[in-house]
Amino acid sequence: MELFEVFIRSRNGLHHKHVGSLHAPDHEVALENARDVYTRRNEGISIWVVRSKDILASNPSEQEALFEPARDKIYRHPTFYNLPDDVKNI
Amino acid sequence: MIANQQVFQFVLHLADDSLILGHRLSEWCGHGPTIEQDIALTNLALDLVGQSRLYYQYAAEIEGKGRTEDDLAYLRDVIEFRNHLITELPRGDFAFTVLRQYLWCSFRTEFYQHLLTSSEIKLGELAAKCLKELQYHQRFSITWINRLGLGTKVSHEKMQTALDELWPYTFEFFQPTAAEEKLINASLIPDCRDIRKTWDQSCQSVLREASLVVPQEHWDFQGGKEGMHTEHLGYILAEMQFLQRTYPGLVW
Repeated sequence: MELFEVFIRSRNGLHHKHVGSLHAPDHEVALENARDVYTRRNEGISIWVVRSKDILASNPSEQEALFEPARDKIYRHPTFYNLPDDVKNI
Repeated sequence: MIANQQVFQFVLHLADDSLILGHRLSEWCGHGPTIEQDIALTNLALDLVGQSRLYYQYAAEIEGKGRTEDDLAYLRDVIEFRNHLITELPRGDFAFTVLRQYLWCSFRTEFYQHLLTSSEIKLGELAAKCLKELQYHQRFSITWINRLGLGTKVSHEKMQTALDELWPYTFEFFQPTAAEEKLINASLIPDCRDIRKTWDQSCQSVLREASLVVPQEHWDFQGGKEGMHTEHLGYILAEMQFLQRTYPGLVW
């Protein structure tokens, strides 16, 4: 059995979100398991599963090099725009 | 009104099928081969118990004698149950469970497809509701039939043993009772004999793909739809009905 990561889209217009992981022998079973484990309370309308080993994760020890430089550059944040009330989900 | 008693019995048959099979599946709760399958089987169980409630409610309404869905589920004895024998067989191993699910479910799905156009509107409505759930049950069971049938030597053997044991019980799917004959003649329900060929073809192809062989020589079992059950049903009812029998009218 292999480990799979599960991503669920809760409704149209939103993106898939990581919800957890599970064990399965292959993708197809992983998808069915994800349906049974993660959408039984009406959480989703679309599922993605991906083998955990196919995910390349950033190394925690490189955190400073990767993320520190962005910390003091507030001008990169879109907080200086006025968002119209009608725009949702941003 | 002429066929009221027959419709009542038939709806009870649908309800009992779902309840008993749902109960068998629920026995996996806490015993699944993996946590994922444990949850999956329990989901299927809940679907089926939910379906049985719809049919018991409808049956109680048709009967019109003030009995409730609970009375019908908890206060009838073995001889009054109308489920197919295949649904009451002990849960067996995982191979047995998924194969039984497939055999029953593929029949039930085919049957409900034809029930959609029944002149009894309510039967069609309930069938439509159940179909959505059963289509997933079928997909789930086929997935596992394939993997176990084509998996290891042991998994293949377990599937084949399950098929040898279960196949004789599929005969009953296609034997209408005298009461059902009346409903068939009144175009209220499909003739189960007519769907045998379609069922057989799709079933054979699923099994063949998993390199499983349908046994050639076997007994044919029937009787469940007329209240003649295996010894297993009594034990299920003893467990399921214990509370209502011991403390009549008890509510949570």
